[in-house]
Amino acid sequence: MTRLAAAVPGIQLELVPNGSPGNPASLVVDPAQAVAAAVFLRDDPGLLLDHVSNVTGVDWLDTVLKETTRVKQVIDGVEREVEQTTERRKPGYLEAVYHLFSMARKQGPVVLRQRTANRVDKVHVASLTPVFRGAEFQEREVFDLFGIVFDGHPDLRRLLMWDEFQDHPMRKDYVEPDDYEYEPTPHDEVLDKARRHYPVGATP
Amino acid sequence: MKPELDEDALIGALSTGEVEPEGLVAGPAPALATLPPPRGFELTPKSPAASAADGEVLEVAMGPHHPSTHGVFRMDVVLDGERVLRLKPVFGYLHRNHEKIAERTTYLASMPYTDRLDYFCSLTNNWAYALAVERLAGIGVPERAEYLRVITAELTRLLNHSCLIGFLLHDMGTMGTPLMYAFREREKILDLFEALTGARMMCNYMRFGGCRVDAPAGWLDQVRQVVDDFPRFLEEFENLITTNEILLARSQGVGVLPAALAISASVTGPMLRASGVDYDLRKVDGYGFYPRFEFRVPLGDHGDVYDRYMVRVLEMRESLHILHQALRDIPDGPVLDPKAKLRNFRPKPGEAYGRLEAPKGELGFYLISDGGPNPYRYRVRPPSLINLTILEDMCRGHTVADAVVILGSVDIVLGEVDR
Repeated sequence: MTRLAAAVPGIQLELVPNGSPGNPASLVVDPAQAVAAAVFLRDDPGLLLDHVSNVTGVDWLDTVLKETTRVKQVIDGVEREVEQTTERRKPGYLEAVYHLFSMARKQGPVVLRQRTANRVDKVHVASLTPVFRGAEFQEREVFDLFGIVFDGHPDLRRLLMWDEFQDHPMRKDYVEPDDYEYEPTPHDEVLDKARRHYPVGATP
Repeated sequence: MKPELDEDALIGALSTGEVEPEGLVAGPAPALATLPPPRGFELTPKSPAASAADGEVLEVAMGPHHPSTHGVFRMDVVLDGERVLRLKPVFGYLHRNHEKIAERTTYLASMPYTDRLDYFCSLTNNWAYALAVERLAGIGVPERAEYLRVITAELTRLLNHSCLIGFLLHDMGTMGTPLMYAFREREKILDLFEALTGARMMCNYMRFGGCRVDAPAGWLDQVRQVVDDFPRFLEEFENLITTNEILLARSQGVGVLPAALAISASVTGPMLRASGVDYDLRKVDGYGFYPRFEFRVPLGDHGDVYDRYMVRVLEMRESLHILHQALRDIPDGPVLDPKAKLRNFRPKPGEAYGRLEAPKGELGFYLISDGGPNPYRYRVRPPSLINLTILEDMCRGHTVADAVVILGSVDIVLGEVDR
C-alpha cells in the first residue's frame, strides 16, 4: 500500500477492515486514480496482479444515524435537561469491488473498491476494462444490475436484462413491477369501445 | 433410374395432344444457347464483385434457438460470405437473478439454488458455495467429508469433461456417437450420485461444515468399480477420436487463444491451461485436501481447439489418479462438523471470497454478511460467462462452422452464464 501510494502521485487510499477473521481487508481507491492504481498493481514486479477474478457491485443504502444529546433548555422559566434526538442522513453509495489475483506469482487476493458519490445521479466510477480485459462483461453486468456507470468502458450496454428495461434489479430498494411486459393491445381498445356503447346498467 | 423429362416440352406436347415420351427423351440435346432460360430466374449475370468490398456484409442473429449454442444463447454475427467479421454474444435469455433470490433467503436455503447454476456440475457448485460460507464464518470440515467432497468433485469433472467432448464432436457433425458413449459413462456416475445424495443432477449435498449424509454401505466399492472401468472407456474414446482425421482438420489451428490474452481476459479452467498457463486452483489455492494428492496439471502448447480437447482428456486421467488415492485413503468418521449450525445461522459481519477449480474454470462466491440470517451481498463468479469474453477474438476470420466448434470448446452452460 505504501508503495502504491508512492507510485501514483496524489492517490487517495483508504483501508477497509474485514470483520470476518482470516479474510483480507480491502483498499478503496478514488475513481480518478483507479486506472493508474490498477496499472501499477498489474505491472509492479512484486505484485503482478494480472488476473481480475471477480468484479461485483454492492449497494449500500442511505443510513440514518440517530444521535441523542442532552441539551439544557429553559422551559417555563425553569432550566431543565432535555433529551434531543437529531437525525443525520448519511448518503448511501454504490461500490464496485474487484478481486485481483496474480497468475504469475500465484498470490492474492487484493480487494480493490471504487465508490460512487451517491446512489442517484453521481454514479460514475472508472472502468478497469482497458487494463484488464476480463472485467468487460462483469462491468457490463454491474452496470446492468446496479446502475454504476463505468467511464472508459468500450461497450457499456446491458448484459442480462433487455435494453428497454428501465430499473436496476440488484439495488436494495428495487421494487418489482406488477407486470413486466405490459403493452396495450387492440383488445383493450375494443373493450373500451364496448364500454362506451353499452354504459354500465344499460341492457344491450 | 427414370430419365428426367423436360417439363416445358412435356407440357407443350400434352397441349398439342401428341404424347410421345420416348421421342422426347431420345432426341438430340439442344444446344446450350437455344435452351429457354429456367423459369423464375433472370438472365442478367450476378456481379462477381458483390462482396465486403462493396460493403455487402450479412448480419445474422445466430440463436437463441440455434442447436449449436448449447441452450438459449445468441451470437450476433456479421459475415462476409462465410467469414466471421464481428461477433457479439447476447445473454440473458435464462436470467432469473439468482443473486437476488439468494439475498432474500437464508444462507442454507440458497444451497439448492446453486445446483441450478451449472446443472452438469451441481456438486462443485455446492462445494464452492460451502467453501465461501465456511471461509466467511470460519467453520472447519471433518476429514471424511473433505474426502467425500474430493471424490464427488472429481467424479463431476469426469462426467463434465467426457460429455463436453461428446458435445464438441457433436458440433463437428459426428451425429451423436461419441456423445452417446459419453452419456453412457455419465449415467454410471449419475447413478453413483443418486445413491449418495438421492438426486441425479440436483444433488444439494454439501452443507456448511461438511456433507449432508454419509455414503451408504458399499457406495465406495461402487465408485471404485466405476473408476476402474473408466480408463477402458477413455481408451475406446481416444482410439475413436484422438487421431481422427476430421477432428484434426477441424480443430488444429482453429480458435487460437494466445496466453497473454487469456490471462488478461481472466480466462480460467481447461481453456487457460490449453493456452499453456499453469494455473490450477487445486494446486494454487490448495483448498480441500488437494495438497495431499499427487497429480499433474496438463498444459497445452498452441491454445487451439485441439489442445482444449486434449487437455480435458488428460485432466480426466489425472482425476482418475486423484480418485484412486482418495478411495484408498478415505478414513471413517463424522461427515458434518458437530459445531456447525444449520438453523439460525448468522455469520459475523464481514466478507469472504471463496473460489475453486470447477470443471469449467474458476467458480467463485463472494459473500458480504451484515450479521443477519441472509447474505447482504451474494455474488457468483461464473466461469463460463467470463470465458466467453474472448469468443469474438477467437472466432474472427474463421468460418461460421468453425465458430460453432470454437463455442463448443469454450464449454458453457447457460444456466451459469445467465444466472
